[in-house]
Amino acid sequence: MPNIKINGKPLTVEEGTTILEAAKANNIKIPTLCYYPDLDIKSDCRVCSVEIVGQKGLKTACSEPVWDGMEIRTNSPRVLNARKVLTELILANHDANCTACEKNMNCELQTLANTLGIDENRFENVLEERPLDTANPSITRNPNRCIKCGRCVDVCKNVQGIHVLDNMGRSNEMEITPAYGKYLSDQECTFCGQCSSVCPVASITEKDKSDEVWEALHDEDKHVIVQVAPAVRVSLGEEMGARPGAIVTEKMVSALRSLGFDRVFDTDFTADLTILEEGHELLERVKEGGTLPMFTSCCPGWISFAEQQYPELLDNLSTCKSPQQMFGSLAKTYYAKKEDIDPEKLHVVSVMPCTAKKYEASREEMRVDGENPDVDTVLTTRELGKMVRQMGIDFDELEPSSFDDPFGITSGAAAIFGASGGVMEAALRTVSEVVNEEPLKQLDFEDVRGLEGIKEAEVELGGNTVRVAVAHSLSNARKLAEEVKQGDSPYAFIEIMACPGGCIGGGGQPYNTTNATRQERIDATYRVDSRMEIRQSHKNPVITTLYEEYLEAPLGERSHKLLHTHYQKRN
Amino acid sequence: MLEHKLLTERIDRINPLSIDDYLQAGGYEMLKKAIGMERIAIIEEIEKSKLRGRGGAAFPAHIKLMGIAKEEETVRYVVCNADEGEPGNFKDRYLMEHDPHQMIEGMVIAAYATRATKGYIYLRGEYDTAHSILSWTLDEARKHNYLGENILGSGFDFDIEIRSGAGSYVCGEEFALIESIEGKPGRTRVKPPFPTQVGLYGKPTLINNVETFSNFPHILRMGGEAFADIGTDSSSGTKLVSLSGNVANPGVYEVPFGVPIRDVIEKLGGGTADGRKIKMVQLGGASGPIIPEYMLDLTIDFDRFENFDSKTGAGAIIVMDERVDVFDVLKRIGEFFEHESCGKCTPCREGNLQLLKLVERFVERRASEKDLLNIETLSRVMHQTSLCGLGQSAPTAIFSTLQYFRDHYIDVIEHPQS
Repeated sequence: MPNIKINGKPLTVEEGTTILEAAKANNIKIPTLCYYPDLDIKSDCRVCSVEIVGQKGLKTACSEPVWDGMEIRTNSPRVLNARKVLTELILANHDANCTACEKNMNCELQTLANTLGIDENRFENVLEERPLDTANPSITRNPNRCIKCGRCVDVCKNVQGIHVLDNMGRSNEMEITPAYGKYLSDQECTFCGQCSSVCPVASITEKDKSDEVWEALHDEDKHVIVQVAPAVRVSLGEEMGARPGAIVTEKMVSALRSLGFDRVFDTDFTADLTILEEGHELLERVKEGGTLPMFTSCCPGWISFAEQQYPELLDNLSTCKSPQQMFGSLAKTYYAKKEDIDPEKLHVVSVMPCTAKKYEASREEMRVDGENPDVDTVLTTRELGKMVRQMGIDFDELEPSSFDDPFGITSGAAAIFGASGGVMEAALRTVSEVVNEEPLKQLDFEDVRGLEGIKEAEVELGGNTVRVAVAHSLSNARKLAEEVKQGDSPYAFIEIMACPGGCIGGGGQPYNTTNATRQERIDATYRVDSRMEIRQSHKNPVITTLYEEYLEAPLGERSHKLLHTHYQKRN
Repeated sequence: MLEHKLLTERIDRINPLSIDDYLQAGGYEMLKKAIGMERIAIIEEIEKSKLRGRGGAAFPAHIKLMGIAKEEETVRYVVCNADEGEPGNFKDRYLMEHDPHQMIEGMVIAAYATRATKGYIYLRGEYDTAHSILSWTLDEARKHNYLGENILGSGFDFDIEIRSGAGSYVCGEEFALIESIEGKPGRTRVKPPFPTQVGLYGKPTLINNVETFSNFPHILRMGGEAFADIGTDSSSGTKLVSLSGNVANPGVYEVPFGVPIRDVIEKLGGGTADGRKIKMVQLGGASGPIIPEYMLDLTIDFDRFENFDSKTGAGAIIVMDERVDVFDVLKRIGEFFEHESCGKCTPCREGNLQLLKLVERFVERRASEKDLLNIETLSRVMHQTSLCGLGQSAPTAIFSTLQYFRDHYIDVIEHPQS
């Protein structure tokens, strides 16, 4: 193990670590900008430059491995001056109108400038204004704020394998942009929003819809209801300043009530419903010799990916709408009727960990009356956090409260939808019991849990061994999709989530999501499940009532109309 | 004799298109010798020669060879950097157009020593003539089995492909060059790992300049120690110098290291063409320092200035007479780098534009003390923090003029244009 010195302090550090890692392990702060945990080392911003005694140039701490006897200075006058100059250079080509920016007070560049004590920029402002890309329902790209750190390129190209974004041009005209400077919507963008999640500034952000929600809430003619996705309850706390993995379900419900929603519902309810529909669809496909393997269809990023890049596999996708959209169509029909509300006056909001959900809600297919969207507005976890702050709500001090009926009674199976493998596990908890006609002894399917890119499991169904697989992040999805395309897939059922870790790592989740925070949220998700009284979707009594009262049976005629959809090739 | 013709010895004596001429002049004998040697012995001979890279960075040649030789990967590449994009340099073109087999022989020797499987010549896009000559030369070498399968019955396979650049200066930087061969935009990569570890297509790669490879056969012929006797202690062998600017006889000259710059300009170049007084000379190319006339007794070697890296660089000597304005030159250089930066790292992407803006203030005689301070600070930070040689050396000319022509800066500040 190498012995090094940082700022004169002797340290023994792990072999093969970088200066940045060594410093971090010893609580020595080195500022960074293009560096992001779990992503490639880019070493582009140069902000983490440090001095190595005996060397003339400075080295970037993120990329430089330590060696025995290395003496590092992280805050010598030479280093501090260089960092300041570099940051001023970035600021001189940046729309630094901070008070009119979504990430004011939450911006890594702003924090860096502040830490370095920059109160004046010695360089001339050279920003040449470029037009914004607002042409899609999910993501806004503001090139004037881009600092060319390359994180979004890395996540889009390497983590997701989509490669919609890349560097174009050179020198100070270099831009990070979709090919030929087109709109994201002209490209094979799935609107997963991972780019927005890693952007250190507000160059790529979710399309903010909080104003639209305020408007609906303030409209006395409107009955405004909200549904909250499973993953939000284990991440909103983080957005409000709590530790990663804090479970804040009941405070979250209270916060939504304080915002003025007429009813606060749980998307977990329609997650349970999804399991009933999707589980039966799987069984029917197996029985009737339908297209297999069957892919899950809860994730709109994955659906876009399949429609754009694997149109030949569209028959493999479950026809089930996502829980968000099942909720929307039930709200505008069943709920409206039950509560005697004119669907035109009903405004359905959803809070999702996801930017692609905004796009999903805007799809033509997602309108039961053929005209009005079933889900009117989609907010991300981050937008909800913003609204709570705007209202001056002290989140910590909120009294706990519970979801409203009828869409408030849910199962543990639904709760785990937010973690990669959760939909699979939830489906298996129901399908095995239905097929094997005996109570399941072990409800936990550990094989499909965790952050491994592709997971697989074998289950006994009616005397047959069935293989299933789970993939998260689109680059892993591509591997399984390719197998199916080549006809080599050994699986009967495949769960795909576009974002790393599943929805808990969604593009609309709190900033600074890393694999470590993903794991915390996953752990919290399974804690939620383990505390639930009902842990299987088909045992949810309200689901049973819903079928008895309204839907009749899974895959029935009304289900078909309200809960299922179709897909088409898109370019 | 001021000149020492080693690499240029055959030039004008042989027809570059004739492999027979090359063979009659002793060509490919050193490849035959190398194939009879232990691979490590070849590298040791290079080590004894103290050969340093001729592309500008002067890195000891044997360290790269050793680096790639000890890698475990079975696929390895040898790449000849023939991009020669540094303004004021044309000596690689001269070698390729007049004695192309010499460089090829050097590449095959290096490939043999490092067990490389495939070679590339990354050729400057504008070098059409060199491209035709090299294509012909590679064909001839293949016909004679100096390239291809089972070279000279040794069981060693190696072939070379030419890849043309598309005019980007930064593609002369080794990693940008590698990216370009791979079909990607010319942008450098983070080091480490170095090309000898993870280079072209992720494999160990030896990259050397045309002139460096051309030295290999001579080192084997003379023996490393005899080679090291040429030149100076720190810089062995000869250097090809590209002499240009206001000079009576511009061209390529081969001199041993240690020769005074003044002698090259006056004795070989015949002084200025019109007898005007020399004001300053830029060494190495656009990325090199500008020194005043009184410093011309400095010798050609790899020793470095205190404040900036390169002196000799790739060997350009650009002579400027008293009519030339320091800031006009800096502006042209600034525009060049502002255009050629790849845009990857902050100091180079943003710094070159800011540097140019500051230089323009001096050109227009509206600069302040603060501008002087800023130009100095920015130059230092770019030099110290840029990711690759482009950004690190872009401010060298400014740096050197801040040192040697400081009075010009002060004059602008004290006598602004009204």
